[in-house]
This record gives sequence, structure tokens and C-alpha cells, in this order.
Amino acid sequence: MTSATFPASEPKPSWTRYFSFNTDAKVIGIQYIVLAFFYFLIGGLLAMIIRGELITPAADLVDRTVYNGIYTMHGTIMLFLFIFPVLNGLNNLLIPTMIGAPDMAFPRLNAVAFWLVPIFGTLLIASFFVPGGPAYSGWWSYPPVSIQNPLGHLVSGQGLWLTAVALSGVSSIMGAVNFVTTIIRMRAPGMGWFRMPVFCWTALAAQTLQLIGLPALTGGAVMLLFDLVAGTSFYRPEGGGDPVLYQHFFWFYSHPAVYVIILPVFGIFSELFPVYARKPLFGYVYVALASFIIVGLGLVVWVHHMFPSGVAQWMRNLFMVTTMLISVPTGVKVFAWLGTLWRGKLRLTTPMLFCLGGLFNFVFAGITGIMLATVPVDIHVSNTYFVVGHFHYVIYGAAVMGVFAAIYHWFPKFIGRMPYEGLGKLHFLLTFVGANLNFLPMHPLGLMGMPRRVSSYDPEFAFWNVLASLGAFLLGVSIIPFLLNMVSSWVLGPRATHNPWNAIGLEWLLPSPPAEDNFGEHVPTVISRPYGYGLGQPLVENQEAIERELNLQEARA
Amino acid sequence: MTSSTPRLRPLPLIGLALWVGLLVLVSVWMSQQSYRWLPVQASTAAPLVDGLFSFETGVGTFVFLAVISVMAWVMLMHRAEKYDESDAEPIEGNTRLEVIWTAIPFVLVMAIAIYAIRVNTTLGVLGPMEHIHVRDPLEQQGGYPGDRLPPESVEVIARQWSWEFRYPNSGVSSTELHLAVDQPVTFRLVSEDVLHGFYIPAFRLKQDVVPGRAIDFNLTPTREGRYRLRDSQFSGTWFAANQADVVVESGPDHLSWLKQAAGQPLQSGISDAVQEYAERGKKSNPGWATVPPAPPPQVNVPGSNTLPHDA
Ligand code: HEM
Ligand SMILES: [Cu+2]
Repeated sequence: MTSATFPASEPKPSWTRYFSFNTDAKVIGIQYIVLAFFYFLIGGLLAMIIRGELITPAADLVDRTVYNGIYTMHGTIMLFLFIFPVLNGLNNLLIPTMIGAPDMAFPRLNAVAFWLVPIFGTLLIASFFVPGGPAYSGWWSYPPVSIQNPLGHLVSGQGLWLTAVALSGVSSIMGAVNFVTTIIRMRAPGMGWFRMPVFCWTALAAQTLQLIGLPALTGGAVMLLFDLVAGTSFYRPEGGGDPVLYQHFFWFYSHPAVYVIILPVFGIFSELFPVYARKPLFGYVYVALASFIIVGLGLVVWVHHMFPSGVAQWMRNLFMVTTMLISVPTGVKVFAWLGTLWRGKLRLTTPMLFCLGGLFNFVFAGITGIMLATVPVDIHVSNTYFVVGHFHYVIYGAAVMGVFAAIYHWFPKFIGRMPYEGLGKLHFLLTFVGANLNFLPMHPLGLMGMPRRVSSYDPEFAFWNVLASLGAFLLGVSIIPFLLNMVSSWVLGPRATHNPWNAIGLEWLLPSPPAEDNFGEHVPTVISRPYGYGLGQPLVENQEAIERELNLQEARA
Repeated sequence: MTSSTPRLRPLPLIGLALWVGLLVLVSVWMSQQSYRWLPVQASTAAPLVDGLFSFETGVGTFVFLAVISVMAWVMLMHRAEKYDESDAEPIEGNTRLEVIWTAIPFVLVMAIAIYAIRVNTTLGVLGPMEHIHVRDPLEQQGGYPGDRLPPESVEVIARQWSWEFRYPNSGVSSTELHLAVDQPVTFRLVSEDVLHGFYIPAFRLKQDVVPGRAIDFNLTPTREGRYRLRDSQFSGTWFAANQADVVVESGPDHLSWLKQAAGQPLQSGISDAVQEYAERGKKSNPGWATVPPAPPPQVNVPGSNTLPHDA
């Protein structure tokens, strides 16, 4: 019966489908990821200019207006055009294949959500070329600076920025509706909640947050747009508006947004550590549930971004405590990964190295995060380089490293070829050293009192800034082996078998790359928990027959 | 030595104890070092903040090193042999361990939170956190200690991009902030345009200045010297250049400065932005659009922002 599942010779689909309105989640996933890395290069280039300016105390590389535009666009591009899209790409590739669905619940909506990304991306990049230049008020876009509109034109960089962010919100809501529905409704027979891979748990948690939080951001941004172009006074103090109100809207979404980023990365760690330690995930149920504890708490911590904005003392204390509490479920996950590694049989492949490096950086970021949660310390270091260091450890050190781990791990599955280990390890080494050299020196700078978002600084800060800039340039170089690896292995890499890492999971019971409808009509029935390494139980019914068929097919090819 | 039965053998236990002892020592050392990463302490708030930070550094160092030790250990000792394709012994979990490692972080962060709330409360009594006008009971009963009643109030006007300080009691204005050591002072923070941040790192204090509001903010400087006041909430093009000097001087010096200042005629105060804006206008390709800087405030004493500062 299984032989019908995988027609031996499918017509090879044309590469042009990646440039079309395609509704196959696997195509959309790759579209998302490739496009995201295109924007990653732009955002990274802007980061190089930032670090070039900051290698000397004076504002001497670019004009101050240009610096402000560039740091604003760096943050915006990295968040809205790189990290969210790249994670949505992984969601598209992994959710259907991991739960045995043929596609997403709403394939057309999925494609629309994707195609909105190049549209608002183009809009955002176009803002570099409008008179007056792009938005310059930071990715927070706090009013009143963000509604000053120096040229007074109807079309301004800030206006385009707000439109792009609102469109990004629409795209993300569409994506979230799709991911949540797919996970809830389309799991393989036998895959109860507690047989679902942790990546899907974390994706579900993250996308639930999107659905709750995004309306606040989108609403807040639209009101800001009205203030900017229509002269309303939601946030204008002269008109009786309140600029601090915007901060509540903004952070009510944007704090949860950091969990939208980090939760799937927790999912990646939870998937990969068992594979490369050859052990079940330690405390699977607890790890799965911890994601939802994080969701609940993550919704009630946003004021920790506003401690110096002028909030009441009781609010400061309350939000400090909720913020500290989040570290408990997070700590549970870290300990679970350590428990998974303990007495395992570790294989230090490229994806494993990226996970271990990412965990290292994440633990460091967690500790500076606790420091930031305590009000008196935060009062001193908020809006300084300490914060910039902290969140780049999370975002680059943990999230981007996790994304790289995922790409190396699942590349064979979805591309059908193996990436090169040597280049991968070089990429890891440069990234790990570069990230630490870049972002560690930011902490002493912040403690000494160097504000963020500055285009010049006092000479006493020069030493650490030079180090940080050198690290940044190293990070810039680190992307070269990655791109080389991706391009060359996509074209020339050795063919991948269906399960090169000897991993357990539905996606590894599909050929590499999978057929368009994945398992099609023959979705296997799940009979045990994920991560059964060393337990010797099959994951699905008829597993042997399925694998035999896949092996035969590979032998024929 | 294998780690297969670590609990039953004395040698691994001793090794573990020694290692933990070493980590404790390193953590204590780091918590002492942490004071050196911070600027000089120049206000009553500073030692409180630094003490909390030092405590967090100690705890954080220990947790970090403990986790990293486990990672390093497994990477060294629990690597698969070459060509070993087999799985490890399947351990799926351990409820007792899971309870313990939920409890440990919970206790740790709550300890830190309690410490931090106590610091908050002390800071509130000292003044700086009370700007929200939730009057504390002590004050309502008129029992506020006399030495904490700020004899001096200074109005701080933030603009794009300059700082102006007015001393209403003495009729003095300046673009350099002068304060008397060990004397509590009340600031009234106002902004004429956008958000700014009133941040003096040596004092460990920061408060956003919100247009449309007047925010009262108290502090007590404790060390004579020259410090930096930096704008800490992004305020546009010359945000980075929006800095002023803070001079903390002895009581008598401060009085004579005020007296001398009152006799000076009004003149243009410091505004680096105005200067740069003028130079920028001469360039053929000046950059992207900007709001023009507000004219320099007219003050009795411009002061300086280029002299060497202590922090
Ligand atoms: C190539 C490596 C990177 C370098 C060298 C770098 C450097 C920097 C620096 C120096 C700043 C502070 C600018 C300032 O405050 O004046 C900054 C801000 C920021 N970065 Fe990065 N960054 C890198 C990668 C990333 C990535 C991967 C992300 C997110 C996915 C990211 C997100 C942000 C955000 C959100 C801001 C805040 C912008 C703001 O203040 O509005 N960065 N980056
Ligand atoms: Cu937050």
C-alpha cells in the first residue's frame, strides 16, 4: 500500500515557481527564507555603516541625519523583513511536514501573506529615495519625534515606514491565522497534543501571541499615521494628546514580539538537541507546556520597557515581578536541554554547534535580562548600549544562530542535497566569535553610560567601541561561507537521503525533497511520542514498510 | 573515570564540590569587580543601585558558569565515538529534578525581586522615584525629615537640542547645571518639543522628559566633580550632541556661583546643534531632512561642555 505514496519519477518542477504566486507551503517557505536573507544582507550592510561610524567618537562618516535613518532602517529591516519572514519560512516548511498535513489550511491566504512581504519591503526600501530620506525615529517610532515631518510633505519616509509596518502586521495576522488553524485542525491521525513535536508547540504559542498583540500595534501605528498626515492629536501634546499612550500600544505588542521570535528558536533547540545527543527530549510535556506559560506571562510585562517614562512606583514593582517570573519557565527549558545533553552521545555537526553556541549566548542574555528587569538597575542602563548588547545576544546570538542551525539541519530535507560540513563549521566559528566580540563590549559601554542611538560619543567610550566594530566586521565576513555553502550545495551538493541525520519525526519519513502534497492520501498514523531516541519504538504504524520503500526509491535513483 | 554512576562514588562528589567552590569564588570576585564597570558614585542613589547590580552580577556569574560547565562537560565527556551510530540510554525525564529546577530559579529571582523592591522603596523615600505624586504617608503627616526637604529647586528645560537650567529662587539661568554637594535638589523637568531623557550616569538616575507634563524629580549629589548629563530618549538629529555638564560643588562655592551668575547679562548658551547646523548649511550635500535646532537659550552663564569630566 505504501508504494503508491511516492511516485518514483515526478516531473522535476521548474525553479521559476519560486518567483510565482505558488500555494505550496514548501515553495512559500523557501521563498520566505531566501527573501529574508536578501533583506538580511541589506540590514547587515546598514549595520556595517553604523559600526563604521561608531569606530571613532566624532560623527565623521555620515551626516547625523543619515546615521539616524540608517540605524532606524537597520532595526526595522532586521525585525520586519528578516527575522519574522525567516521564521515564517521555517513554519511553512516544518509545520505541515511535521504534523503530516498536505499543505497549510489556507494555501491562498498563505501565498498572499508571503507576497505582502516584498511589497512592504519595497515600500520600506523606497523610503531611502523619497525627499528628506527614510524614517529616522528608531524602530519604536515614539511620537512626537516621529510626527515632526521636517519637510511637511504628505509622502515622507516616516509615512512609508508606518504604512510598511501596518502591512507587515496584516501579513503576520494572515500567517498567524493559517499556522494556528493548521496546527489545530490538520494533525496526522494519532498525533494528540502530547505527541506533537515541540517546534509545533512553540509555533502555536508564538502565533497565538501574534493574534493577541498585533491589533494593538497596528491600531497604534494607524493612529500615529493619522497624527502624521491628517493632523489628528492622539499623541500630540499641543492638541491634548498623550505621547506615552503610544508607548503602551507599542510595547503591548512589541514585548510579546520578542517571544514570537524566541519561542520558535526554543522549538528548534528542542528538536535538534535530541537528534544530535541521541536521547529523548528531557521532560517533553513540561517543555511543551512551558511555552504557554511564557505566552501568558509575556502578555503582562510590557511596562518594563517604560520604567523611566514616568509610571507609578507600584506599576514598576508589579511589572518587575512578572518579568522576573518569565525566567522560570524559560529556565525550565534551559535545564531540560541540559538534561537532554547529559550522558548523551553528542555529535558536533554544524547544526549542533549552532545550537550549542546559541544556548551559550542565550544564557548570557538571560542574565543581563534579569538585570534589566530590576527597576533600579534598569533606570541606569535603559536606553544605553547595555540594552543593545542584551538584545543582540538574544536576537543574533540565540535566534539567528538557531535559525542557522535549523537551516543546516533541514536543508537536506527540503532541498534534497547535503550542505558542506567544512564551510558550515567555519561559518559557525566566525559567527560565534564575531557575535561575542561585537556584542559583549556593548555591556561595559552601557554601564558606563553611553546612550543608544547616538551618532557620536565622548572619547572615554572609544576603546570598547573599536572592539565592537571589529567584531561587527568579522560578523560581516561570517556570512560569506554561509552564502557559499548554500549556493554550492544547492547546485552541486551530494544528494540527501530521506533521513541523513537518523532523526525521528514525520518529516523524516518523506522523501527529500517531499512531494508537493507531502504524504498525500497516505498519512501515517502516529503511535508514540516524538524524540523516542534509544527507545526502539516506531513513531508511526508500518514504519518499517515506509522506510523500506524510501530506501528502495533512493537506491533506484 | 566514567560518569555512569556519579552519585555513588566519593571522588566525583569531591570533584564537583571543589568545582562549585571555585565557581562561588569566581562569582564573588566578579560581584566585587562589577563596581569598577560603573562610573563614580556621585549621588545617594548610586551606592544602592550599584549594590543591587553587584549582587545580580554575583548570582548571574554563578548561574552562567554552572550552565556553561555542564555544556563543556558534556561536550568533552559525552561525545559519540567516531562511527558510533547507536543511541544513548533513553532518559525521558525525572519529575523530582524538574520540580527542583523550577524551584531554584523561582527562589533566585524572587530573592532578587525582593532586594530590588527594597532598593526601590529606599530610593522612593530619598526622593527620586516619587515624581508621580503618590505622596508617601510620612510626607503627609508632615514628618518628612527636614534635611531632606529640598531647599533648592531647578527648572530643567529640554529642547531640540539644548539643556537650560533655571534657578527661580536666585533668578539665574545657565546651560551648565550647578549643584551643591549633599544638598537635596528638586528638578522640574519640562520639554518644549519632543521626548527627552534626563540622564546623569554618575548619579545612576534617568527620567524621561515628556512634553505637556511637568515632572518633579529629586536627587542628592554626594561627590564634588564634573559629570555629564546626556539626553537618553531619542530626540532627533542632534540627539547625540545634546549633552550638558553637571558641576557638583561645595555649598559655599555653589552660593558664590549663584551670586556671581545673577550679576551676569543674558547671553547665548551652549548649543552644539546650532553650531553644527550652521556648518551643515554650507555643504553642497548636507544629508537628509532635519528639524532646525531651537535657538540657543539666553542665559546668565553658558558654562562649558568640553572640560574633562569625571564620568
Ligand atoms: C550584522 C550584525 C549586526 C550588527 C553589527 C548590529 C549592530 C547594531 C547596532 C550598533 C545598533 C545600535 C544602533 C544605535 O543605537 O545607534 C543596532 C540596533 C538594532 N539592531 Fe542590530 N546589529 C546586527 C544585527 C541585527 C539583527 C540580526 C537584528 C534583528 C534580527 C538586529 C536588530 C536591531 C534592532 C531592533 C536595533 C534597534 C534599532 C533602534 O534602536 O531603533 N540587529 N544594531
Ligand atoms: Cu520586553
